[in-house]
Amino acid sequence: MKYTAKITIALKDGMLNPEARAIQHALANLGFTTESLSTARVFFVTLEAASAGAAQAEAEKMCERLLANPVIHRYEVEVAA
Amino acid sequence: MKFAVVQFGGSNCDRDVQYVLADVCGVDCDLVWYKDGLKQDYDAIVIPGGFSYGDYLRAGAIAARTLVMDAIRRHADAGRLVLGICNGAQIGAESGMVPGTFTTNATPKFICRPVCLRVETADSPFTRLYKKGEVVRIPIAHKEGRYVAAPETLTSLNEEDRVAFRFCDEAGNVTPAANPNGAAENITGIIGGKARNILCMMPHPERASEEVLGSADGKKIFLSMIRTIEEQD
Repeated sequence: MKYTAKITIALKDGMLNPEARAIQHALANLGFTTESLSTARVFFVTLEAASAGAAQAEAEKMCERLLANPVIHRYEVEVAA
Repeated sequence: MKFAVVQFGGSNCDRDVQYVLADVCGVDCDLVWYKDGLKQDYDAIVIPGGFSYGDYLRAGAIAARTLVMDAIRRHADAGRLVLGICNGAQIGAESGMVPGTFTTNATPKFICRPVCLRVETADSPFTRLYKKGEVVRIPIAHKEGRYVAAPETLTSLNEEDRVAFRFCDEAGNVTPAANPNGAAENITGIIGGKARNILCMMPHPERASEEVLGSADGKKIFLSMIRTIEEQD
């Protein structure tokens, strides 16, 4: 069966995010007051799997092997049929 | 003695490194296209700077997972030398040859300028011709060069004397002001491998290997490697 995995990769809490800081600064220049701002990267992967659980496990393996760097990243996987 | 410089799509310092090894230092050096793999044993492999795979995903992430890197890991496991420069250092870190990672500079800008580095150890095949504490001038050129590692990794790097270079000022002081990219503890060169036979560094020694370029301080890295290999033969 076909599943779509939505994989979100973000920096671990406490990691410096220079990009987010620059964006927050740009928003401030436009007059927006923000308490905090963070960024994340989202991957949409369509794959064949025997079950939602198997698709989830496969997507997590993709994170471990390539998509995330465990030194700085955390990831979340949401699977939908 | 034979060196190899491995070229990925997007490598752009490959020929500079080969020029320094072959023409300046006078050793044999092959350029090896990554898809061709390592067809012979080399004494040392250099992974050069550039933008492999356009820095897609993360700098070095995709190149780190190519077949040729498996061969380079086997080469390193056998105790032979691997030098990763800039994008080569990012690839080395992404492939786990040294701990930690290099990520976006604290000020997210591409920085290209000469910097001062303090040589933190002379106890490596790459830094043996320097004196510990010596200040050298080698340029950096990167946007993703800020070294990040877990606190326990930093502790073990220090305890095992595996920090090769730290950013410093001209007097050799390691300060936040002398840290161009926000690297943890100003670290920009890390020694890996069981035989201390891997060096991953963000600065470009091949751009500082002739006085005409403003500094020849980087040449000692290549000469240190050559001396090490000569002694092994």
